[in-house]
Amino acid sequence: MTPPAPGKLKIYMGYAAGVGKTYQMLDDAQELLRQGRDIVVGYFEPHGRADTIAKTEGLEFVPRRRVEYRGSVFEEMDTDAILARHPEVCVVDEFPHTNVPGSARTKRWEDVTALLDAGINVLTTMNIQHLESLNDQVWQISGVRVRETIPDWVVKQADQVVMVDVTPGALVNRLLRGVVYSAEKSKTALENFFQESTLGALRELAMRQVAHESESHHAEPHRVESGGAPARSSWAEKRGDPAGDRKPAAPAVSPTGRQERILILVTADPSSAMVIRRAKRVADYLHADCMAVAIQRSTGGNRVAVPDREAIERHLNFARNLHIDARLLDADAAGDDPAKAVVEFARVNGVTQLFLARPQAAGLAGILKAGIEQRIVWLGRDMQVTIVADRTRG
Amino acid sequence: MTPVIRRRTPEELLLQAQAEEARETRGRLKIFLGYASGVGKSFRMLDEGRRRAERGQDVVVGSIQLPASPDVETLLKRLEVIPLRSLGGVEVMDMPTILKRHPRVCLVDGLAWDNPPGSMNPSRWQDVRQLLDSDIAVIASINIQYISELQSQVEKITGKHVAQTVPQSFLYGADEIVVVDAPPEMCLDHSGHGIAGDQGKLARQLSELREIALLFAADVVDHQLESYLKQNGIAASFGTQERILVCITPRTSAKAMIDSGKRNADRFHGELIVAHVRQGQLDPEDRAALDRNLEMAHNAGADVEILEGDDPIEAILEFAHERGVTQVFVGHGLESKWWHRWTGGPVGRLIRGAQGIDVRVFPQ
Repeated sequence: MTPPAPGKLKIYMGYAAGVGKTYQMLDDAQELLRQGRDIVVGYFEPHGRADTIAKTEGLEFVPRRRVEYRGSVFEEMDTDAILARHPEVCVVDEFPHTNVPGSARTKRWEDVTALLDAGINVLTTMNIQHLESLNDQVWQISGVRVRETIPDWVVKQADQVVMVDVTPGALVNRLLRGVVYSAEKSKTALENFFQESTLGALRELAMRQVAHESESHHAEPHRVESGGAPARSSWAEKRGDPAGDRKPAAPAVSPTGRQERILILVTADPSSAMVIRRAKRVADYLHADCMAVAIQRSTGGNRVAVPDREAIERHLNFARNLHIDARLLDADAAGDDPAKAVVEFARVNGVTQLFLARPQAAGLAGILKAGIEQRIVWLGRDMQVTIVADRTRG
Repeated sequence: MTPVIRRRTPEELLLQAQAEEARETRGRLKIFLGYASGVGKSFRMLDEGRRRAERGQDVVVGSIQLPASPDVETLLKRLEVIPLRSLGGVEVMDMPTILKRHPRVCLVDGLAWDNPPGSMNPSRWQDVRQLLDSDIAVIASINIQYISELQSQVEKITGKHVAQTVPQSFLYGADEIVVVDAPPEMCLDHSGHGIAGDQGKLARQLSELREIALLFAADVVDHQLESYLKQNGIAASFGTQERILVCITPRTSAKAMIDSGKRNADRFHGELIVAHVRQGQLDPEDRAALDRNLEMAHNAGADVEILEGDDPIEAILEFAHERGVTQVFVGHGLESKWWHRWTGGPVGRLIRGAQGIDVRVFPQ
């Protein structure tokens, strides 16, 4: 039996709770119902909003699955039941949701992927702050570290991303009228996330992101300025990027006609996550290849401590989840010199740009001993090296 | 970066005073912006009018594009409409009646329409300005193809020339702007001019127009955000828009840096700034090299800035933070021997001082 053609994904993108994403999604669902399409609601979060609830009238609901976890009962989307029912279109609220431990899949976006793979079309909602590559910028803007994130490649799989827009003023009004949250929650929200400047900045980010998604739908392959079409890199093919399968991205070509390749240096330091997000975002916008390496030192007294090894492995996995080819590299071949190992690896693989974290604050030790970052900048002076800012608050 | 609340400068206090004053005596302007007919601008405008009327505000419809869709017709029945009047065979908004009726809110479609000679104002957007000056709030809707400054861009996509337009500054002056977005396919359904064979081409055109509308709205929001922060004395840079600062000297490989900066700025739809810090007298050879580099920057469409300062790193950092730069490009040759002591060298100092800004070091 041949697998069904994958379903189409439509995302309603907003910038805060209460902008009307779910309302607009349900409005479209009602229109599809009127057209006689086979549509069901797989998951809906009413939040006690009367006008939104009214929009579900006449729609078929697939009952939620009840899950017990640590003595409490949670309700999750019943993906198996939806697959069995196999509608033409399924409405799934709150795309970035994390399922209760013990569920078949960790994230709702993975459930959605299962529906799409089965040939079911999906309508879903999300806010811009849940996009993985913007996590640090969102933190910088709002002071909130968003934990539930969606990798960018998942969003790129969407056939349509639609901006649901209202002005921050109207949103604050809705909040004050108690449309969005209960009175107490509204007060906290107004003091934090719902400040006018925060909302304005998130709104701008959302508009730019939706414009970017729209562009990648119609963009022509980038013209090669000189030297003919560059071959697609071997690692880009190997990583089997599903987004790449659906929409072949135009390769990025540097002014010299070389394919742009970005290499991220991963370390045990927590700043690695920031570097990975930023580098991947730049690579996506430039249609450049992107890979990551961490250095492993196996000789004698220079062996990496166990906690560090675990942190490195965690960061490499984080990169892999974002569809970055991430590897552990042995420094032995480069005479146990990690900086040299990175630069040589970059040179052999035709890397045009290296991404590193900012060096730790230089104390006395920093003055006496150059860190790996400065050594790389110096050894890699024939390539571009980007030192990623620490996008923290204050 | 945490917004720093500091004492406001007299200029900022004046800005706020002016804004508050304007709020008291002027009606507020809200604009629904769409990228094509059929996205639902008029519907959103009228729907907001309906909701406000239901909340007890005094709302009238000043003008609406006809023929209207069934949805719009339904809404119109629930609102008070002041019919257009005919002037020399041209339909115009009935300004004398609206001004006399003096509602709290007036809904206005078709902002770009020109009025015939003998009207109060040459075009409808100027009518709107008069309504605002008379303390009537206006909710309007417009399609991006009618914005003057976007004309050439839109014309390239559609191949159609639009004679009547609204200046961009009018939209920037709006109190609120809302993007009305919908997938291009929806507009195809509504537009009616989708000849079967041309659907693909049309969908592509619509998608390009949609991108322009979203980016235009993002720019307006950026502008509003900036003035909000200024009025409230908040020094903050959110990095919502990529701004790339390329620092050049007579000796930098300026071409590679400017080309790369331009490509990055284009892909991110951001801004490209090229700066040089003036330091003492240059010999004729360096002078000529620098002039060539600056010329290149101009040709790349960069905003070129000559900075002053005894300490070039300090000058670059101050400028970068003030302009909300997100990436600084520098040449390796900015210094010699700095790699020995990260703390002492200029590039090292730049990296440490560049709070919240990426630094990209280029080969020399």
